[in-house]
Amino acid sequence: MTLYLLRRLGAVAAILLVICAVTFVIFYVVPSDPAVQACGKTCTPERVAEVRAQMGLDRPVWEQFGAYVVGIFAGRTLAAGVECGFPCLGFSYQNSLPVWDLLIDRLGTSVSLAIGAAALWLVIGLSVGVISALRRGSALDRTLMVTTLTSASLPVYFVAMLLLLFAVRVTGLLPYPAYVELTEDPVAWASNLILPWVTLAALYAAMYARLSRAQMIETMAEPYIRTARAKGLHERTVVTKHGMRAAVTPIVTIFGMDLGGLLAGAMITETVFGLPGIGRLAYDGIVKADQPVILGTTLLAAFFIVLANLLVDLVYAVIDPRVRYS
Amino acid sequence: MILQVQDLSVSFGDIQVVDGVSFGVQRGRTLGIVGESGSGKSVSSLAVLGLHRDAAVTGSIVFDGEELVGAPAEQLRRLRGSRMAMIFQDPLSSLHPFYTVGEQIAEAYRLHRRTSRKVARERAVEMLAEVGIPEPRRRAGEHQHRFSGGMRQRVMIAMALACEPDLLIADEPTTALDVTVQAQILELIARIQAERGLAVIMITHDLGVVARIADEVLVMYGGRTAEHARSRAVFKDTRHPYTRGLLDSAPGAVQETGGRLRAIPGSPPSPLEPPSGCRFHPRCPSAMEVCAAERPALLGADHKVACHLEGVTL
Repeated sequence: MTLYLLRRLGAVAAILLVICAVTFVIFYVVPSDPAVQACGKTCTPERVAEVRAQMGLDRPVWEQFGAYVVGIFAGRTLAAGVECGFPCLGFSYQNSLPVWDLLIDRLGTSVSLAIGAAALWLVIGLSVGVISALRRGSALDRTLMVTTLTSASLPVYFVAMLLLLFAVRVTGLLPYPAYVELTEDPVAWASNLILPWVTLAALYAAMYARLSRAQMIETMAEPYIRTARAKGLHERTVVTKHGMRAAVTPIVTIFGMDLGGLLAGAMITETVFGLPGIGRLAYDGIVKADQPVILGTTLLAAFFIVLANLLVDLVYAVIDPRVRYS
Repeated sequence: MILQVQDLSVSFGDIQVVDGVSFGVQRGRTLGIVGESGSGKSVSSLAVLGLHRDAAVTGSIVFDGEELVGAPAEQLRRLRGSRMAMIFQDPLSSLHPFYTVGEQIAEAYRLHRRTSRKVARERAVEMLAEVGIPEPRRRAGEHQHRFSGGMRQRVMIAMALACEPDLLIADEPTTALDVTVQAQILELIARIQAERGLAVIMITHDLGVVARIADEVLVMYGGRTAEHARSRAVFKDTRHPYTRGLLDSAPGAVQETGGRLRAIPGSPPSPLEPPSGCRFHPRCPSAMEVCAAERPALLGADHKVACHLEGVTL
């Protein structure tokens, strides 16, 4: 088990390194000169060259990459003697702040958004899926499945706009979302996040409903369900303890990866609702060709997804006794 | 009679799968129900336990004085697992993969006997010991995938018998097992039956199994009774051409036919389009004109046969 864990952690590090390298190279070859941006529009070509040298952009790409990777673990000194401590993900060209500080600053928003939405979509998605499976073929099942198909097909920005229009503009039920820290005012935190939560949950709940319905239908046809009934168990025990227990196992895998991806920011949702999360940071970074920010947000996203994957595999060993790692 | 089934019919929508079958079983006795796949033998037994959720069941099923056809679902649920139990063909898929075998045995005991977890767990260990599983205490904490096929079927038997039921329905319990293991499982069932005075319904397509343990045999074809008599009579004084065909096609009959198996030609009838008259007539070597036109009545007192040849010497 320990050996397995070590091997997996090694793989995590390797994957992150590869992602880092790929992202680094992509933005190196993009025709946008950070030195020009850092220097400002009125810079002379001589000044730009100076800045470029200062920022180390005149060095070969592998050398820059090496410095970047070393910086993550050991910190480094950037251009003009600026100290960038561990873990150094570079400085944003746009606002001259360490990328790490920017990420930490925005993480709370993205985590709030992801966790809340995940709770919502799990409850709604699984309930709808299980009810649909148990009432398979009924009018209720068909209605729910058409609804989920519609919901899954609508783009996030469209749902977000609709929600804003009805909940904020037309009825005035909710304030226009403005992020408030949970520690500051929990009620305001939640009421400002309801719309983004619902927006994200609408998409994921629909997918989870369809997935859990399929899983549940398959499981309820298993011979061990017939055994459970033959034992004289109550139908609700048969459904929850025997049916759902087996049906949710594959959903755990997908949930881990979805949540992992969302923790590092929901770009569209955050942008539409103006939430200061990591997705929004990434979006701004891309628009402004802010290479260190793009690299930082990409790495963070990769880190969360890879970590979520590892956690899912470990959780699997707990929920499925047939899985043993060695 | 602990169980008396009269004129049982089971339909799924427009499709009738069992058509007017009657049988019964006494405490301490074994009824063998024999037939090919699709003959309605499993469907009949699942109907006894009320395990058909979307089927129309008519006729009468009386268990220890209680009428079960049309009885409330809750009444049937209380009987299932406590007084009537069932074991199935494939013990691998019939045991839940995520719970230990001990938990699965204890579950029904705890529910029906309203005992504590601890008592139920002890009962599970006791049952595993009774069905011959070595180191039962340790094995109770293991999952089904750690057991061999035969051991799994023993676990199923332990689970079925934990609440000391009066009736055990065994649906092809040895079909998925090795021949040597088959014999052990049949011996185990016979031993427990003798100890407890259990009534057993053994559903099988294997006449060898029936010959070994059944007191009475019901041969089903196309959802109907073909022949129904004491075991000895069915084997020694076979009256229905279908039963005859089954006996001839059993591997034990090879020597008599010069080393070749004699299969029954054709395939079992589809319940979607059952043949007219006697359902066996398209495959019957002795079919007459009347067989295609009229359904043969089930005649006879102790040895019941549904065949137009009755009275004619075979």
